Amino acid sequence: MMLTILKPGLFTSVQDLGRYGFQKYGVITSGAMDQIAHRIANILVGNSENAPTLEITMIGPKLKFNQDSLISICGGKADPKIDGVSIKCWRPVLVKQGSVLEFGPISIGCRAYLAIAGGFNIPIVLNSKSTYFRAKLGGFKGRALKAGDQIPFDTPSELSYRLIGNLTNTWTQKPYHEANWLINSSIVPSYREHPSIRVIKGRQFDLFNQESQVSIFEKPFSISPQSDRMGYRLLGPRLSLTEQHEMISEAVHFGTIQVPADGNPIILLADRQTTGGYPKIGQIAAVDLPLIAQAKPGTKVRFIEVTLAQAQRLFLQRERMISDLKQGIQSRFR
Amino acid sequence: MEYHLQVVSENAIIVEFGKEITETTLQDIQSVTSSIENHSFPWIVEFVPAFTTITIYFDPFKIWQLAPDSKQLPSQYALEQLELFLSTIQTIKISEPRKITIPVCYGGELGPDLEFVAKHNNISTDKVINIHANGEYIVYMVGFAPGFPYLGGLSEKIFTPRKKTPRLLIPEGSVGIAGGQTGVYPIDSPGGWQIIGQTPLKLFRPDQQIPSLLKMGDRIHFMPISLKDFSNWEAD
Repeated sequence: MMLTILKPGLFTSVQDLGRYGFQKYGVITSGAMDQIAHRIANILVGNSENAPTLEITMIGPKLKFNQDSLISICGGKADPKIDGVSIKCWRPVLVKQGSVLEFGPISIGCRAYLAIAGGFNIPIVLNSKSTYFRAKLGGFKGRALKAGDQIPFDTPSELSYRLIGNLTNTWTQKPYHEANWLINSSIVPSYREHPSIRVIKGRQFDLFNQESQVSIFEKPFSISPQSDRMGYRLLGPRLSLTEQHEMISEAVHFGTIQVPADGNPIILLADRQTTGGYPKIGQIAAVDLPLIAQAKPGTKVRFIEVTLAQAQRLFLQRERMISDLKQGIQSRFR
Repeated sequence: MEYHLQVVSENAIIVEFGKEITETTLQDIQSVTSSIENHSFPWIVEFVPAFTTITIYFDPFKIWQLAPDSKQLPSQYALEQLELFLSTIQTIKISEPRKITIPVCYGGELGPDLEFVAKHNNISTDKVINIHANGEYIVYMVGFAPGFPYLGGLSEKIFTPRKKTPRLLIPEGSVGIAGGQTGVYPIDSPGGWQIIGQTPLKLFRPDQQIPSLLKMGDRIHFMPISLKDFSNWEAD
């Protein structure tokens, strides 16, 4: 059971939810940038949430399915087509052996996740199948996909087979068959062209001068072209400390907003290093990480202050919705 | 043991052991990390020690599932549990820190900046090698790159600023100096360090469950070896 890459797209790689347990050895987490889109794509095809998907960036790949496959595409507006015909995102789709999947450029957001029932049969490196580019490890041969790559699948789960069975019953002549049901749209993050992002005050917030403390929550920042999976460099008002302060390196997290000497904040993301020595002005609320993952260079963002308590409640609310979705699918396709 | 806990995100708590990098702080951190490892809390994902802190990553949804009707936030539960746990830990003086010898072939093609370091400090290249190899170093932290040790103990006599223009590629195993720091690049990487030699040892072992050769608290010695020995070094 294989997937053949005909054209790799701009930057396509295998990611799961990340590599955990080894950060104390300097091993970064990597993993999907938009974890919600990745998880929902997996749930819709009956995979475990942590199954590896293809993370597609800006311009998607062209690929061929060597056998019937159950797939789902979630994330930014990716305009996928099977044999030239548009298919819907955010739902399971059964595609026929030999069909070719192609993407238009992503028009809203910048990343999409392709989940295939069974996930990929590739080596587990340090407990994860995520690609660690800098160390050339994990994922598919430790790198982005190239034309000619052939990626083997694992066996689909019992649940996947039941979903496939359900769709096969009503199959027509088309090379694909979409499910005719939708997920609750409130689970989907509110992707927007210029998003407002909720932020908790950072650990060194009080070291910043008054003007910076106000600017971070009042002024817009734009995402510079010097942005990638490691971090987004922001342009806007320069932020400064009240006085020079030599910081000792400490752990940093997904969504940490740190400010180096030049005053331009950097949002740390999936491929961030494990520790950093720059002052932290903010920490993006977990619930809004997908919004930043879908923001491309040129996007204007505004930060809105929330408390840690508010951020946790929002996080738990979404987790409960995802848990309900999983249970809903499991009971519906018993 | 002096420490302070702070919740820093929905899934992370930082424990700070003071504002200065000292051997006492190092021992406190090591005592706590080994205690956490031995205890295995089901809701802790991992911890990251660094110079004067330990950051503990936890799973807030797992905590919520323990008591879904509780009004207490997961971070409050985690904070309470960790405060309680830490209060039971006493600092153990690590009497036998691990001693690791790192063989280094200094200079030549493997150490293209050795001459610069010598000139900058007004001493001979032999003296640089002598001083570097006679130093006793402590691993204060592993980070920046997989298996990369932050070493304390470099002699002031060979402090050398970073290169103005970083190299695009520094080969794995390169031993370098940057300001008052010395270290070894565990993977190919761009960088601005002054490279004085190379080790045949692998500091990063992705095929092993403990993928880093070096750990916080280790004592390091560098040992000069010849180019011939470098080329013939058997991987262990």
